[in-house]
Amino acid sequence: MTMLQTVERSALATVRRGLSLTPEFRRGIAGTLALAVVATVGKIIVPIAVQQTIDTGLRNATPDLAYIRGAVAICAVAVLLTALAGYLMNVRLYKATEASLATLRVRGFRHVHDLSVLTQNTERRGAMVSRVTGDVDQISTFMQFGGLMIIVAGGQLVVASVLMLVYSWQLTMLVWACFLPLMVALPRFQRWLSGAYTQVRERTGDMLGAVSESVVGAQVIRAYGVEDRTAERIDAAIGANYAAQSRAQKIVATVFPLTEVVSALAIAGVVLLGVRLGLDGGISQGQLVAFLFLITLFVSPLQVATEVLNDAQNAIAGWRRILGVLETPADVADPGPAGVELPRGPISVRFEGVEFAYPGGKPVLREIDLEIPPRSRIAVVGETGSGKTTFAKLLTRLMDPTAGRVLVDGHDLRDVRFSSLRERIVMVPQDGFLFEGTLAENIRFGRPSATDDEILLGLTELGLADWLEGLPAGLATQVGQRGESLSAGERQLVALARAYLADPDLLLLDEATSAVDPATEVRLARALEGVTRGRTAVSIAHRLSTAEAADEVLVFDRGRVVQRGPHAELVARPGVYADLHASWVSAARS
Amino acid sequence: MASKVTPAVMRKGFRVLGVAIRTEPVVFAGAVLASAVYGLMTVASAWALGWATEHVVLDAFADGDVADGAAATAVLLIVGVAVLKALGVGGRRILAGVLQFRMQARSRRGVTRQYLRLPLAWHHRHPTGQLLSNANADAEAAWAPLAPLPMAVGVVVMLVTAAVAMVVTDPVLALVGFLIFPAIAVLNLVYQRRLSPLATRAQQLRAEVSEIAHESFDGALVVKTLGREEEETRRFQAKAHELRDANIAVGRVRGLFDPILEALPTLGVLAVLVVGAVRLEQGAIDSGVLVQVAYLFTLLAFPIRALGWVLAELPRSVVGWERVQGVLEATGSMEYGSAEPAAEGPARLEVSGVSYSYGAAGEPVLRGIGFDLPPGRTVALVGPTGSGKSTLVQTLVRLVDPAAGAVRLDGVDLRDVARGGISRAMALVPQQTFLFDDTVRGNITLGLPLPDEDVWAALRLAQADGFVSALPAGLDTKVGERGTTLSGGQRQRVALARAIARRPRLLILDDATSSVDPQVEARILHGLRDSAEAATVVLVAYRMATIALADEIVYMEHGGIVDRGGHDELLGRCAGYRDLVTAYEREEAERAVLEAGSAGVSPDDIEDIEDIEEVPA
Ligand SMILES: Nc1ncnc2c1ncn2[C@@H]1O[C@H](COP(=O)(O)OP(=O)(O)O)[C@@H](O)[C@H]1O
Ligand SMILES: Nc1ncnc2c1ncn2[C@@H]1O[C@H](COP(=O)(O)OP(=O)(O)O)[C@@H](O)[C@H]1O
Ligand SMILES: [Mg+2]
Ligand SMILES: [Mg+2]
Repeated sequence: MTMLQTVERSALATVRRGLSLTPEFRRGIAGTLALAVVATVGKIIVPIAVQQTIDTGLRNATPDLAYIRGAVAICAVAVLLTALAGYLMNVRLYKATEASLATLRVRGFRHVHDLSVLTQNTERRGAMVSRVTGDVDQISTFMQFGGLMIIVAGGQLVVASVLMLVYSWQLTMLVWACFLPLMVALPRFQRWLSGAYTQVRERTGDMLGAVSESVVGAQVIRAYGVEDRTAERIDAAIGANYAAQSRAQKIVATVFPLTEVVSALAIAGVVLLGVRLGLDGGISQGQLVAFLFLITLFVSPLQVATEVLNDAQNAIAGWRRILGVLETPADVADPGPAGVELPRGPISVRFEGVEFAYPGGKPVLREIDLEIPPRSRIAVVGETGSGKTTFAKLLTRLMDPTAGRVLVDGHDLRDVRFSSLRERIVMVPQDGFLFEGTLAENIRFGRPSATDDEILLGLTELGLADWLEGLPAGLATQVGQRGESLSAGERQLVALARAYLADPDLLLLDEATSAVDPATEVRLARALEGVTRGRTAVSIAHRLSTAEAADEVLVFDRGRVVQRGPHAELVARPGVYADLHASWVSAARS
Repeated sequence: MASKVTPAVMRKGFRVLGVAIRTEPVVFAGAVLASAVYGLMTVASAWALGWATEHVVLDAFADGDVADGAAATAVLLIVGVAVLKALGVGGRRILAGVLQFRMQARSRRGVTRQYLRLPLAWHHRHPTGQLLSNANADAEAAWAPLAPLPMAVGVVVMLVTAAVAMVVTDPVLALVGFLIFPAIAVLNLVYQRRLSPLATRAQQLRAEVSEIAHESFDGALVVKTLGREEEETRRFQAKAHELRDANIAVGRVRGLFDPILEALPTLGVLAVLVVGAVRLEQGAIDSGVLVQVAYLFTLLAFPIRALGWVLAELPRSVVGWERVQGVLEATGSMEYGSAEPAAEGPARLEVSGVSYSYGAAGEPVLRGIGFDLPPGRTVALVGPTGSGKSTLVQTLVRLVDPAAGAVRLDGVDLRDVARGGISRAMALVPQQTFLFDDTVRGNITLGLPLPDEDVWAALRLAQADGFVSALPAGLDTKVGERGTTLSGGQRQRVALARAIARRPRLLILDDATSSVDPQVEARILHGLRDSAEAATVVLVAYRMATIALADEIVYMEHGGIVDRGGHDELLGRCAGYRDLVTAYEREEAERAVLEAGSAGVSPDDIEDIEDIEEVPA
């Protein structure tokens, strides 16, 4: 379903690509790494030093107390230095990673807005949100802890192996032989695990989707008495999520304790083989005891690594998901500074051989060739599903045509800078989406610099002053989430005022007053007619007077413009428009 | 907000844990048992290695020969202990997971059941985002400490065992342990006390960042059409930077305490060595014992921190739990009576003295609404935007209960009707279309076992059969989240078909054809009139043709009924009504005058128009 891209690349390449996007992480990385080396070396050397102390100081029947005290003092200093280096490194690491992840989040967020509406709509809102929130969080655990642990563990593994080799190559081989199968199998376990966690994420998404329907669709669920069925669906989704979580947990719980058993086998093997070697004079008693200790030093990084690989897996998944956003080309892209800036003033529009098909669908617009002169008032009419909204989206460049081009003031829309385009051409969609906050905040969304007085003036010009007076809290009225504390018609009024305040040169209304009562709608239309004089206006409406008032009517039928011309001309001819007109007249007059 | 590890929060936190333990006692006991096995085996593994060193290695070097019996025992001991230990870890992890996930699922089911049970009025008072996070993040946070809990309990077992083991081997060395481990525990507590308010704040900010993203993506079309991407990004960035700083603050505390906590056990081992060397010199212990105690120290260093993890999660858990409890304990759910409405024939509806307001202190949105609707009749609710029509309609199907007054179905107060009775008798097509992320068929049947013919018949009446049959998979086409892949008018018609398919005794259409063009609307309405003679109908409408279908019109303003009667009656005597329904006509007439004016028209015509204009207000 999703149109977000996933570039196939290895885990390492993913990490590299992810890091390359966040320069903050690399800044000062040398210092952090230096501290990390100190901390790592400390972590590896201290246990060995302790072991050496035990070994050397306690070997004789009479322990060498002075030696032990000296060695212990040195070890203690090393421990403290290690801790200090650890502290400094941690602080630097936290700062660098958090800064870089914040950058990644913000870039991802911005890019989501840069994606075309089509791409945005192919993914559930919740899933899109988690790409810039939860998925990025997954990376931080790894970068702040796991990534370093893998390096530390690797170092420890090498040091332990070298030391073991110094004592006895035969025993070292034995240990490696015990662990080799585990290491070979590890990538496979990781794949299982990664599959299991992908499942968990997907099931969680389904569950959240189901839960969200029970909240957003509360009205319909009650009106149709389908509470039980909805509960069943939610329970099924919760159950599936539980099953996926348990499955992943089972894999983790079965695989990771294996290192315990393998290391026990290695230790047992070393005891058996070691004493035999010892009897042959290949190794001393002290060396054998020391070797046994080294095995724990060898095993602990492996244990850490298996656990941390889990974090790594999650982090890589997280990187993939945020990269999925960032690497999806903004198919309807801003040409940027190289683009054309449209000068202010009335706008003309031309469609040349425009065709459009939704991805994977049949064309819904075909052979659209038309011209909208500056300052003209255009009415777009046609049955539902005939392609009017699609036409509006092409005109405002929410989507690009699959063939042909749309020209504004003679420039291909694709060459016009967004900053210029969005300032000059504004569409009011049918669904008046409002942001949580006050009425004033929502209207100001059209022009952030607007003062309350300017907002009031705008509402007055639109003939909405009376309506505003009827609201007890006036401009400070809280509209609720998505504007749901207002009635559907009121939401549309706010959305219209918002667009009006943005002061565009071409205003496009897509059934923007469909839920508003006729008296208000007429008042609004008249006000708009007055205030948009000198601008270009395109209205999609099922209203006779809109068509009558227009300079030109575009009649859409099944994806084509089948008729065009002034109302008086069209109504006189038999055809789609005359039929529509007849039904309007009967609808309006009954 | 409870964000610090205070005694009060700890008490509450332990009570939350207690709930989980009481709910899943067997799983919890199993997990603790597994964890205890792990703890015992961790200690035992030190002992097994010590035994092997002493009885196999040392003896072999002393005797110059390997005792086969001892070697076999050593191998069995080492491997056996490891296998038990592995089983302990695995068992604990699986069972702790089961415990945690089951409790989460239980909370989620409970919370969503409440969402479905609580009245719509309750939903009006609670923002969607909050309800979603109650079911998701809060349910998760409430039970987060369950994952490390069995381990922590196991650690207690382990510590006791280790303490006994140390006391038995050498009381003086044990003393070192009794100094070091409490120090680690206290330091852990200090750590968590410093950390948890910061962590809670970071968690809060994470939720806020996610809320902004959600709202912003939800309104993406508006952001795009007004070119507000920059501002939105800044809004998000500000919060993301707050989160970054909060996370760094958490990091500073972690960065300080983690290395210290890691260093302490090693310092402990060094202390053991110093003291141990003295004891060795005194001949109180032998070197094997010293090695064993040193090993115990290194083993215990890590698991002891599990105690800290549980403590760290407690404040968040308490907050999550309280929020979940808030939903579970919400009262005011709808009470149902036992009356079963008739199964057949059009319904009679009586509305008397109905008042309603959103929120406790809100302005009344409905004031004393009353009208009768005899069976089989059609009433149109007409009124300006915001006059309360949609709110009234919600009381008619008992989505909300009126604050005063009553709605009666066939003479029975809706509050006395049995659960499910109302939705079997009535169907509402709300103004705001809502489609489920399901197939077209699923959206229409909503789980009723309707045959496809009935579904198609309903689609035909809703004038939706044409486009549905053109969809790639017909009735089985998925419509996407909230029906995104359909155009506005198509969505409305599917919603209409959903209502028609139930053959309701009372059909309520709340401006349900606003996105449908008049031609199609006329076909729908005529179809309905011809087929729905068995239903009583309530229409909220603006268009004259729609209104004309009604036997009676109820005209509302500001939440009250201004007038009611037939269309012609109201036209004659109700100025507000006339203004509203003739708005298009008047506009058209004026336009005609203007155009005629430029073309030269007789003054008579103009007078006609003024008649319409100057209706007494
Ligand atoms: N996002 C989409 N994905 C696939 N098909 C779509 C999408 N949006 C609209 N369509 C289809 O395109 C056609 C034209 O839709 P639209 O332009 O919204 O019609 P109108 O605005 O005239 O009612 C319809 O058949 C509709 O089903
Ligand atoms: N969920 C809500 N919370 C608070 N106020 C609301 C809510 N829904 C509607 N209102 C207010 O109640 C009044 C009536 O709304 P509504 O019944 O939707 O009007 P209508 O359907 O007649 O346009 C409006 O002023 C609106 O702002
Ligand atoms: Mg449309
Ligand atoms: Mg309404």
